Amino acid sequence: MAAKRSVIPFGPQHPVLPEPIHIDLVTEDEKVVEAIPSIGFVHRGLENLVTKKDFGEMVYVAERICGICSFGHGYGYVDAIEHIMNIEPTGRAKYIRTLLFELSRMHSHILWLGLMADAFGFESLFMETWKYREKVLDMLEAATGGRVIFSIMRIGGLRKDVPDDILSGFLPELDKIEEGIRACEKAFLSDPAVLGRLKGVGYLSKEDAVKLGCEGPFLRASGVARDNRMKGYAAYSDMDFDIITSDDGDSYGRCYVRIQEIYQSANIIRQCIEKMPKEGIYVPIKGFPNGEYMTIIEQPRGGACYYVHASGKKFIERMRVRTPTFANIPALAKTLQGCDVADVPILVVTIDPCISCTER
Amino acid sequence: MRISKSPWLLHYDGSSCNGCDIEVLAATTPRFDVERFGIINTGNPRHADIFLCTGGVNSQNQDVVRQIYDQMPDPKVVLACGICACDGGIFKDCYNILGGTDTVIPVDVYVPGCAVRPEALIDGVVKALKILDEKSEKMKRGEYRSLTSAEYAESLKKTDNKAEAAGMEEKDA
Repeated sequence: MAAKRSVIPFGPQHPVLPEPIHIDLVTEDEKVVEAIPSIGFVHRGLENLVTKKDFGEMVYVAERICGICSFGHGYGYVDAIEHIMNIEPTGRAKYIRTLLFELSRMHSHILWLGLMADAFGFESLFMETWKYREKVLDMLEAATGGRVIFSIMRIGGLRKDVPDDILSGFLPELDKIEEGIRACEKAFLSDPAVLGRLKGVGYLSKEDAVKLGCEGPFLRASGVARDNRMKGYAAYSDMDFDIITSDDGDSYGRCYVRIQEIYQSANIIRQCIEKMPKEGIYVPIKGFPNGEYMTIIEQPRGGACYYVHASGKKFIERMRVRTPTFANIPALAKTLQGCDVADVPILVVTIDPCISCTER
Repeated sequence: MRISKSPWLLHYDGSSCNGCDIEVLAATTPRFDVERFGIINTGNPRHADIFLCTGGVNSQNQDVVRQIYDQMPDPKVVLACGICACDGGIFKDCYNILGGTDTVIPVDVYVPGCAVRPEALIDGVVKALKILDEKSEKMKRGEYRSLTSAEYAESLKKTDNKAEAAGMEEKDA
């Protein structure tokens, strides 16, 4: 006799979710046969604020698209406006932007490791990883003055310089963080209890990952080497790094890719500090932007597109953001098919969902 | 200050940018550690005493916020975390934002900041503990019952003052 189908609602308020998303899980016994996501719980209508804030103020609104990848959102918007206005920021501004970008990536990935540990019920590992995240936040606070929202971006460069002695003070801190994460890595990648929750859970093949348009670590964990940093925006063209991929395609692979990217980010930050040019950080801007531009950058969660259309006025006409979590939701629905109900929280966390980015 | 019970807290994202949400989580981790007050971050509204609501409330989320508030047992305290939860903040002009948390449920403690710092949150939680104690004392004497979200909406219609609508007494600072 065929099992009876029933629908289990997941979210919007759920212990594993820091943010609201709703998924209807169609189940047969303990197996999920279909997952229907619905979004819209954090939609604010932020893009429409371009009609109320002028294009310079809008940088701060863009940063508040999301509190985790805030630096990247500020960068994407500023990058688009700078291309429209034909402004080339100074070398130092580019290097500091790259450095802050990588610090944001570190804090985002460590945050994800903690949430993952929380999702599979390893509470002390969650606390341990977040201990190291605080060190990254300390560095960000020393450099910008903010813990999660930095407001250091400005069209034409940066709002303030980061002195060299603060930058060189980052080096020993990076070593400490790396050491700590290497200790946590053992629990994530070789603890048998953790492996039981991760290995083979939520497998996504390379073909499906490409076909469903995945982004970021989620895509790279399925063996596709695609990283927008390779395009060489900001100072990435001067940095020496490789794309990290894994052929596992399961939750373990996603964990592996993100942990390796933490070390990679630390390396890029070291290179930035080493090669940091000594010059100004700001190029004055004149007039208003006129034209349109679309840019794509690599956020911690994957490629994010920023489209800006301006018509030579104080207020720009249209801003549009496409964020990586939105691209990953179809693949999430796919990986949820056929999984156990108990694995749903883990799978939802493996895409590193950032709902406030997705819905703006 | 005397703490008479171990209050559990519940966190829900009204429609924030996520900045305050991760700071709420950071407040429970070793650096800041609200758990030293016996506080545990629970996921179940029926176990919670303190409700941390971040972000302004949007039209799709308002019923969820109301429902969570109504499911919490008395006595309960609501903290509005971050400037968006206090009055809408930078998103006040957005078409989908109704305003702060106090547009749908009564709020006891307002913690401003963008994003709210964990230290500020701890201060707010300690203030909330005191309010929780007062409420439970009053409840024992049979003088107090929290408003349901429907009653709050009714009383909001009668007055513009949100503190008055929530039935809070004016206090000298």
